[in-house]
Amino acid sequence: MARAVTPRRKLINTGLAWAIGLLIFFPILWTILTSFKTEAQAIASPPLFLNFDWTLENYGVVMDRSNYGLFLTNSIILAGGSTILGLLIAVPAAWSMAFVPSRRTKDILLWMLSTKMLPAVGVLYPIYLLFIQLGLLDSRVGLVIVLMLINLPIIVWMLYTYFREIPVEILEAARMDGATLKEEVLYILTPMAVPGIASTMLLNFILAWNEAFWTLNLTAVDAAPLTAFIASYSSPEGLFFAKLSAASTMAIAPILILGWFSQKQLVRGLTFGAVK
Amino acid sequence: MGRIQLNQVTKSFGDVEVIPPLDLTIEDGEFAVFVGPSGCGKSTLLRLIAGLEDITSGHIEIDGKDATDVVPAKRGLAMVFQSYALYPHMTVRKNIAFPLRMAKLDQAEIDKRVNAAAEVLNLSNYIDRRPGQLSGGQRQRVAIGRAIVREPAAFLFDEPLSNLDAALRVGMRMEISELHKNLATTMIYVTHDQVEAMTMADKIVVLQAGVIEQVGSPLELYRTPKNRFVAGFIGSPKMNFLEGAEAQKHNAHAIGVRPEHITPSPTEGLWQGRVGVSEHLGSDTFFHVHVDGWPEPITVRAGGEVDMHHGDTIYLTPEADKIHKFDASGLRVA
Repeated sequence: MARAVTPRRKLINTGLAWAIGLLIFFPILWTILTSFKTEAQAIASPPLFLNFDWTLENYGVVMDRSNYGLFLTNSIILAGGSTILGLLIAVPAAWSMAFVPSRRTKDILLWMLSTKMLPAVGVLYPIYLLFIQLGLLDSRVGLVIVLMLINLPIIVWMLYTYFREIPVEILEAARMDGATLKEEVLYILTPMAVPGIASTMLLNFILAWNEAFWTLNLTAVDAAPLTAFIASYSSPEGLFFAKLSAASTMAIAPILILGWFSQKQLVRGLTFGAVK
Repeated sequence: MGRIQLNQVTKSFGDVEVIPPLDLTIEDGEFAVFVGPSGCGKSTLLRLIAGLEDITSGHIEIDGKDATDVVPAKRGLAMVFQSYALYPHMTVRKNIAFPLRMAKLDQAEIDKRVNAAAEVLNLSNYIDRRPGQLSGGQRQRVAIGRAIVREPAAFLFDEPLSNLDAALRVGMRMEISELHKNLATTMIYVTHDQVEAMTMADKIVVLQAGVIEQVGSPLELYRTPKNRFVAGFIGSPKMNFLEGAEAQKHNAHAIGVRPEHITPSPTEGLWQGRVGVSEHLGSDTFFHVHVDGWPEPITVRAGGEVDMHHGDTIYLTPEADKIHKFDASGLRVA
């Protein structure tokens, strides 16, 4: 039975939800606000909330000083490339784990997840050395591969859970209807798993877009994405918070917009399988 | 055409042998029903024929050709699943057309066959709907439509009616029988419902624990069951079994009498008992009669309106030539 919701209770719930939402969103909001302040106002004490002189000067300086377009292009290539490459590997992997599991499938899944428990810095040396040997340092190809690899366990896991929701009889029906394995995956499994695949793609794209550890350590100029672009405003100049904020805002804006438009898909993806 | 032959087929899952060596032939155009209790291996057997499970050893021949290592898609069989297994993202038309698309037929031919199937199955008005918008019976029809368009060597049905309500089930049962008469294609039908088996089959295959207990026409199984299991499984309500003194009178370890082969009377008869639970069906009445010294009540069929009640004394007389005799191992003795 549904619990009766009194107007008073509803008001409290709504207020609480907004408060928590704002708390989570506050750092982003503050960054955006700071990006429109002058450097002096940015570090003013007490902090200024809305009553400052709004200026676009920081954006101008940032655009002048660095090649935003290149960073943006790199971010799109790295996030997009690693997502597509990851899916190409993960769809068949998840298919086999979901539909023809062996006795060790659960162990393999767990082992794959366990690689995410290892601190990334633990494998920085070997990967760095490998990159030097293979000449992949500061290359998009190298970064696409690394970003794909670090997110692959999550993609396989997500797809595995979606595929598990698809009744195996439907795939068997396709087989009886004369479909080859390729046709079964193409015409039956994939269309049925589209919501799952889409949310997996989105999540992976966001994770890859925001990934900083590997992009900062393995890139310099040519393959550096927006995370490196933000970082370039933090270290040498120390206290230029307004410009750092402007750079951050420019870096997160594309993914924030993407996330906003696909929030329905994302929520469905993250809660898929919870209720049938 | 669709003659299906199994030679020494076995199936094991890990160390568990679910089907010991088994031989079976289903003739072209035959309606064969695999029947047995849950877990008797009937669905597994069907899936072995379909190719959805690999056989552990032995050979399967379809239409005279060895199909043992042929993938399901190439066996030329069509299957109707218990859950219907329709493609939820496709319309009825696309569902039915799917096997034809896979067979790379040209569009005109596909349209022609899909429309013909939809016509036969009364689906023309729903052809552009998706499975989610259809009732259970309609979904079942789509599943059948998807099976018939490709003109398979044989149809495999895996408990296709068990998700339908009782009234619909009777209707669909007749439709499938009708379909078999019209197409004259081999059909293999799996069910746990012996009424479905009796009403539809040319040949019934009774299975228990992966072993074929008996193969025969419905009436053969009814009249001359090979053993106690078949005797108890075929026929509704179940055959009554008696052991001990009553059986010894007939030189048997056990005897069986069907409820419809016992004549009840309020005044005279061979056995005397008390009426227990009675089930009034209108056309028939079934009495569960308690006889002193017998461990289980005897089920008796009487006419529709018999004036006997709980606790009344009742006399029973079995028809002498309808008594089945079994030895200690449960096998029929003549």
